Amino acid sequence: MDDVLLSVRDLVVQFPTRGGILTALDGISFDIKRGEVLGVVGESGAGKSMTGAAIIGLIEPPGRIAGGQIHLDGERIDNLSMDDMRAVRGKRIAMVFQDPLTSLNPLFTIAEQLVETIQTHLNVSAKEARDRAIALLDDVGIPAASRRIDDYPHQFSGGMRQRVVIALALAAEPDLVIADEPTTALDVSVQAQIIDVLKRLCSERGASVMLITHDMGVIAETADRVAVLYAGRLAEIGPVRDVIKDALHPYTHGLMGSIPTLAQEDDRLVQIPGAMPRLTDIPDGCAFNPRCDRVFDRCRVERPDPMPHGTRQVACWLYDEQQIKAAE
Amino acid sequence: MLAFIIRRVLQSVVVLLVVGLVAFSLFRFVGDPVDNLLGQERTIEDIDRVRSELGLDQPFPVQYFRFLQGVAQGNFGVSFRQGRPVADILAERAPATLELAAVSALFAIVLGITLGVYTAIRRDGWLSNFIMTSSLIGVSLPTFLIGILLIYVFAVELGWLPSFGRGETVRIGWWTTGLLTESGLKAIILPAITLGLYQMTLIMRLVRAEMLEVLRSDYVKFARARGLNQRSVYFRHALKNTLVPVITITGLQLGSIIAFAIITETVFQWPGVGLLFINSIQFVDIPVMASYLMLISVMFVVINLIVDLLYFAIDPRLSASRGGGH
Repeated sequence: MDDVLLSVRDLVVQFPTRGGILTALDGISFDIKRGEVLGVVGESGAGKSMTGAAIIGLIEPPGRIAGGQIHLDGERIDNLSMDDMRAVRGKRIAMVFQDPLTSLNPLFTIAEQLVETIQTHLNVSAKEARDRAIALLDDVGIPAASRRIDDYPHQFSGGMRQRVVIALALAAEPDLVIADEPTTALDVSVQAQIIDVLKRLCSERGASVMLITHDMGVIAETADRVAVLYAGRLAEIGPVRDVIKDALHPYTHGLMGSIPTLAQEDDRLVQIPGAMPRLTDIPDGCAFNPRCDRVFDRCRVERPDPMPHGTRQVACWLYDEQQIKAAE
Repeated sequence: MLAFIIRRVLQSVVVLLVVGLVAFSLFRFVGDPVDNLLGQERTIEDIDRVRSELGLDQPFPVQYFRFLQGVAQGNFGVSFRQGRPVADILAERAPATLELAAVSALFAIVLGITLGVYTAIRRDGWLSNFIMTSSLIGVSLPTFLIGILLIYVFAVELGWLPSFGRGETVRIGWWTTGLLTESGLKAIILPAITLGLYQMTLIMRLVRAEMLEVLRSDYVKFARARGLNQRSVYFRHALKNTLVPVITITGLQLGSIIAFAIITETVFQWPGVGLLFINSIQFVDIPVMASYLMLISVMFVVINLIVDLLYFAIDPRLSASRGGGH
């Protein structure tokens, strides 16, 4: 396992509130290998973005990492000081946010923002930084980059701005890019292009990608492996092909069923009954048990941890080996 | 850009005409200047003679028109009380007021922005809470009371600073400055703080509120995620975005600093145009009052124009959309 770039172990993120402590992430563990694209899916509020924020060390106070460890390249990063973490951000882990219209500072030119980022992390002259910036803009597919670099963000379209954002994220050649719903705010016609640019540039540079999205289609086309989150817990993780073809966890199964396909004959899409519980009242046992169509007694009292199953890990008592043996 | 400036200047002229009209009609109710000029022993002939000399026997629109005619030629009339051209009197007094306003504006802006940024960054620190709480005092105490309190503490009890006047002044051309002598500098401290304290707390609270808003924005998050250093995130990326709304308020506040100087100048017997105006009211010195009001409104208008131009300098989005004033 020496090609593991990022390892997250038993990550717990909590928010102290007036009504008690909210646990936003509850014991998440996964690895990202060098050069791999890991998709992270789940409903709104499942903890996808929170996981990204925790890795890059930008959880909004009063939220905090209350347990677990994060290692980057074998080095622990979840307990670094502010200054040490700042050297990791941008340089080794970069982030692309959801909305390109608000991610760029409206009062600075693209050149100013790119050059500042490059010079923060790399020891280069202003001239070199500018040349690098132009090359980056070229790479992300901005036409006439050397001319447009001195424009302000508002002079670019949404898709072009997201390309600029990607260029900014890649400015210091990071090892890992966390893309938090990078296409959600864009036109459908532009989404594929952006994902393309992101994937191509990262694989050219050997960077790993953590692609957070709720679009299973994007995951299917882009990711090598996929992690499914539910109510702040990991439900299932495994190679994309396996997960999509044959979802193990009943939640993943429901999630796949809700994707429309051309071959589908029914008028209505399959829908998982109920809604994800709020973080304040997560049920005992498995968080999914009230909505699960294969629930049994154990699910209501005992919480399943992810257990290995073939190429995958799944947090569901249906796949507990002892349970299966006992049933036989 | 040029078209914008020309349009604003034309608008300003209209504003000035209206201000002049309002001022002139108000003065009719202030009293009869002839009473003060001639004293008890006057005859009806004297009164008529003075009236026609000063043009007061003309109907109101004619008086107003004559005043405007004079102003357009740079002639603000002659003070009833001092018998000297108003332009000379104002030129004599204006440096004192402008210096006082400039120093207190500087005090308000520098301290207001610094403390605003500080209290936004250290949102829950005890010092921030202390500053925020004490700023309420600055907002709620009336100017004259602050002046009197400062005089009591620093002039009467401690004896560090003078309680009135402008100290020694130095002449540079027609401008007299108190900023180059020690007594002049000492003398300006208390009035400047008095005049600027309210604006300072206002700017500080505004900067803080805007800054907190900006610090929550996506581009600040993204700047942090790129590992930019704290100083750049706060003072380059966040502060510049904070300044757009702050400039609007600050611009308007600068205007009122000059206007409110009347009270501070009275408390500290500061020999500026504000004090001149108060004295002129007592003597119904209409040319002085009218010129003073015109001067203040010209300053307001100019400051507003500068504020609008500053927007263009700071926010590149405006030059694209060709903003047309408010």
